[in-house]
Amino acid sequence: MLDKKLRAMIDKVADGRMDRRAFIKRMAAVGLSAPLANQILALGGVAMAEGPSTYKPTKRGGGGALKLLWWQGPTLLNPHFATGTKDQDGSRLFYEPLACWDPDGNMKLVLAAEIPSIQNGGLAADGKSVTWKLKPGVKWHDGKPFTADDVVFNWEYAKDPATAATSIAVYRDITVEKVDDLTVRILFPKPTPFWADAFVGAGFGPIIPKHLFADYKGAKSREAPNNLSPVGTGPYKFIEFKPGDLIRGELNPDYHMPNRPYFDTLEMKGGGDAVSAARAVIQTGEYDFGYLIQVEDDVLLRLEKGGKGKTIYAVGGDTEFIALNFTDPNTEVDGERSSMKTKHPLFSDPAVRKALSLLVDREAIKKVIYGRAGRTTANFLNGPEKFVSKNTTWEFSVEKASKILDDAGWKPGADGIREKDGKKLKLLYQTSINGPRQKTQAIIKQACQKAGIDVELKSVVASVFFSSDVGNPDTYPKFYADMEMFQIPLTQPDPLQIMRRFTSANVATKENKWQGPNFLRYANKEYDAIIEAAESEMDPIKRAALYIKANDLLIGDTAFIPVQHRLKVEAAANNLVCIVSGWANETDNLFDWYREA
Amino acid sequence: MSQYVLRRVLIAIPSLLGISLVLFVVLALAPGDPFSELATNPNVPPEVAAALRAKFGLDDPIYLRYLHWLSAMAHGDWGFSFVSRMDVDALILQRLPATLYVVGSSQILALLVAIPVGVFAATKPYSLFDQIANTLAFVGFSLPTFFTGILFILIFSVTLDWLPLVYTTDVKGTGIRWVLEMIRQAIMPVAVLGLFQAASMTRFVRSAMLDVIRLDYVTTARAKGLGQAKVIVKHVMRNAMIPVVTLIALQMPAVFGGAIVTEQIFRIPGIGSLLISSILANDTPVVMAVTFVFACLVVLFNLIADVLYGWLDPRISLR
Repeated sequence: MLDKKLRAMIDKVADGRMDRRAFIKRMAAVGLSAPLANQILALGGVAMAEGPSTYKPTKRGGGGALKLLWWQGPTLLNPHFATGTKDQDGSRLFYEPLACWDPDGNMKLVLAAEIPSIQNGGLAADGKSVTWKLKPGVKWHDGKPFTADDVVFNWEYAKDPATAATSIAVYRDITVEKVDDLTVRILFPKPTPFWADAFVGAGFGPIIPKHLFADYKGAKSREAPNNLSPVGTGPYKFIEFKPGDLIRGELNPDYHMPNRPYFDTLEMKGGGDAVSAARAVIQTGEYDFGYLIQVEDDVLLRLEKGGKGKTIYAVGGDTEFIALNFTDPNTEVDGERSSMKTKHPLFSDPAVRKALSLLVDREAIKKVIYGRAGRTTANFLNGPEKFVSKNTTWEFSVEKASKILDDAGWKPGADGIREKDGKKLKLLYQTSINGPRQKTQAIIKQACQKAGIDVELKSVVASVFFSSDVGNPDTYPKFYADMEMFQIPLTQPDPLQIMRRFTSANVATKENKWQGPNFLRYANKEYDAIIEAAESEMDPIKRAALYIKANDLLIGDTAFIPVQHRLKVEAAANNLVCIVSGWANETDNLFDWYREA
Repeated sequence: MSQYVLRRVLIAIPSLLGISLVLFVVLALAPGDPFSELATNPNVPPEVAAALRAKFGLDDPIYLRYLHWLSAMAHGDWGFSFVSRMDVDALILQRLPATLYVVGSSQILALLVAIPVGVFAATKPYSLFDQIANTLAFVGFSLPTFFTGILFILIFSVTLDWLPLVYTTDVKGTGIRWVLEMIRQAIMPVAVLGLFQAASMTRFVRSAMLDVIRLDYVTTARAKGLGQAKVIVKHVMRNAMIPVVTLIALQMPAVFGGAIVTEQIFRIPGIGSLLISSILANDTPVVMAVTFVFACLVVLFNLIADVLYGWLDPRISLR
C-alpha cells in the first residue's frame, strides 16, 4: 500500500483530483490515524529545502564589536576534539561546515554551492551516496584556496582512531572521495536516508585546513600548533584565544558571502554562571548575547523589566523525560544490578507505569518552573515537526491513576502506601543536581504520594551522573534506580541518532561496561524492527511514519514519561538580530547576525 | 642566617612531596571522568570515550600515574590538560597575571587599611575611633565575599551603572585609557577581597600592638623622653609585626582561596576560576597542578615568614 500508491494519492490531493477527507479516510482504512494521515500529506514530496535568509545589511562590516558571553568558556578550538557544545561553539566561530541548519530545521548553505537532491544529481536514488558541489573561490584565512582535498582530509583525519577525534562516529563508516577540485562524493555502506551528518552543522561538521593539519594526523594530533589558533574560512579571523576565558576575532575581508559579516570584531568571554550572564546581557547590557540562559522563568521576567535586553527562544526537539527501569535495580545477578536477566518487580505490571504517567503534572511543571522555555508534551520525540506524533495525549489525574492501581490489585496498606503480593509501591527517582530538576521531582513526588506511591528522591552531581566512569554506581547508564530524569540533546533535525539508542542491541550492561546507550534496558522486538526499517527507508513519508510509530510504541509502553519539550533560551541585546536554531549551535548562524539601527 | 634559610628550604621539600601524594590520591579516588560530556552526546560512540580514557592513562593504577606525574614534574613537565589539550603550565601562566593583579592589589589595600588603623586603634584603646574600627572589622569579616561581591554588583553595576560587572582581559584602548580601564574593572573585586582581608588583619594588628605596648622596655623608652611617634614606630611596631607577618604569610594562600569565589563572581580569568572550571570538567592534571601551586605558595610564604622573623628578631635565626 505505502510507497507508490501513497505517492500517487498525495499527488492527486495536491492537484485537487482527490479531496483531503477522502485521502484521510483511505489512510484510516489501512490503520493510520487521521492526524498522521494529515501529517503525511503535509510532508508529501518535501525533501530538504533551503531556508530563506533574513539578512538585511547591504555592506560588509561597520557593525562595531559583537560581545558574546558564554557561562562555560570554550576550552579548545578544534571541532574534531570538541567535548560539549561550548567547544563546538568556539571552533565554529572560525571553521565552517558545508551547510548548517536554520531555525526551522531547513538546510542553509555555507561552503557548499547547492543542496544535493535527486533532481540535481547530488543524491543517488539508492541512498548510498551524496555528491556535494563546493563553492568556488573560497579562501582560508591565510589565503590558500579551499578545495575538495580539504574535505577528504577531514574525513581521513577524523576516522583515524589514533587521532582520537570525538567526531569519529560521523566519519568512521563512510567513504569520502574527490571527484574534482570542487566536488566530493560521500559513499555510505547502506542506504542512508539522513545523509546530512558528515560535514554539516556546528557539531562535527566544520572543516579544518589540510595544509596546516596534514602533518598532525593520528597519534600526533595533539601537537598541532593550530589546535589553539584556528585558520578557517569563516566570517571572522582569529586573533587570540585563552582557554576557558576569551576568544577574539576580527572581520574577514575576503569572506565568501556577500555583505557579510556585519561586525568588525568579535569577542567571546567565558566563565561565571547563567544567572549573572543573563544579568550582564539583559539587565546591564554589557554584552550583546548570552548563551543557554537556563534559569527559572520568573528570574528572567524580573531582569527583563526595564532592562536593555530580551530573552529569545529556539524550538528544537529536546525533551526532558523520566525513563523507567525495565530491570530490577535492587537484585544482583552475576555481579550486576539492573541486569537483563531480571524484570522490574513493580514496573513489570504495565498498570504501575500507566499510573505513573498520569501523575506527572506537565502543565504545573511548565507554569511553575519552565515558563516560556517549556511546552507540555505527550511525546518522547518532539521534533522536527514532521516526526512528531499526533496520536498521543497526556493527562494529569490522581483519581484515574488511583483507579488504575485499584483495578490492578494494588491496595493501600496500613501506612497508606499501596501494595500487592507483599510488594510495596516504593520507588527511587534520581536525576542530576539542577534547580529545575529538583523542583520537578518535588512536584511529582507530591502527586505520587496522593495516589499511594512512595517516592524517594535522589540527586546526583551532574559531573558524576553524566559520566561514563565505570567505577561509579551513580551514573545514568548504570541506572541503579527505578526512575531517572534528564534530557538527551538532539543535535540535528533528524531522529535517527536518538531513536536508535533504544534498540535491544544497545542495552547498557556490565559486559559493554555500561557504554550501551539504551540505559532503560527497553527490549522490544517490534521497536527493533521499526528502527531497522527506518534506518534505510528512503521514502521521507514512510520514514517519518516509522519514527512516529517508534515514538508511539515508547509512549504506549510507558518506557518514557515526557515531562517538557524544552526550548533553548538565549539572552540578547534588544537591537541584536540573532538567528538561533534549535537544530544548531548558537554560533552556527553567526554569519547572518546583525544589529538593527 | 644563610644556614637558617637553607635548613628551612630543606624542610620544605619533603612536605611538598607529601602534599603532592595526598592531593594525587584524593583526586584519583574522586568520582567523575573528564570525558563525561561525551557520554550524553549521541554522536559520540562510547568507544571513543573509552579510547580517550585509555590514551590519557586514566585506567592505569594510581601509583603508576603518581610516579609518572612525579617524574614528569621533576623534568619541568607539568602535564597537559585533558580538556584543553594544551600544556598545563601554559594554561596557568595565562591565568596568573590576572590573579596576581587582583590578589596582589587587594592584599596591598588590606595592608594599607589594616596597619594604620590597627596601630592607631591600639595606641588609644577603647576610644571612639577604636570602637568604630572594631565594629567595622567585625562586620567586614562576618560577611563572606560571595555576598559582598553580589551586593557590590547590584549597587555599582546594576543600580548606579558605574562599574562593569564582567572583568575582561581584553581591555579596549591604549596608554592611559588602558590603565584607567584596568583599574576601573578591578575596583570591585579588589575592594571585596581587600576589605575582607583588612577586617581580620586590623583586629590582629591591634591586639599584637597592645601586647607589646605594655611591656617594660616601651615604658623605659618613654621614660628616656622619646617622642610618642618614635616609640610606636621604632620600638613597638617592629616587635608587634612578628605575629602579623605570620598571619599575613599564612593568609596568602587563603587569599588565593577567597579569590576563587571572587574570580567566579566577577569572571576574572585567574587561577581560581581555572581551578573551579577544571574541577567541574574533571580535568585532573589541571586540578592537580593548581592545587599543587597553592601548596607551594603555602610552603613558600611560610618560608618567607621564617626569614622575616629572623630579620625582625635576630635571636630566632641563631637558635
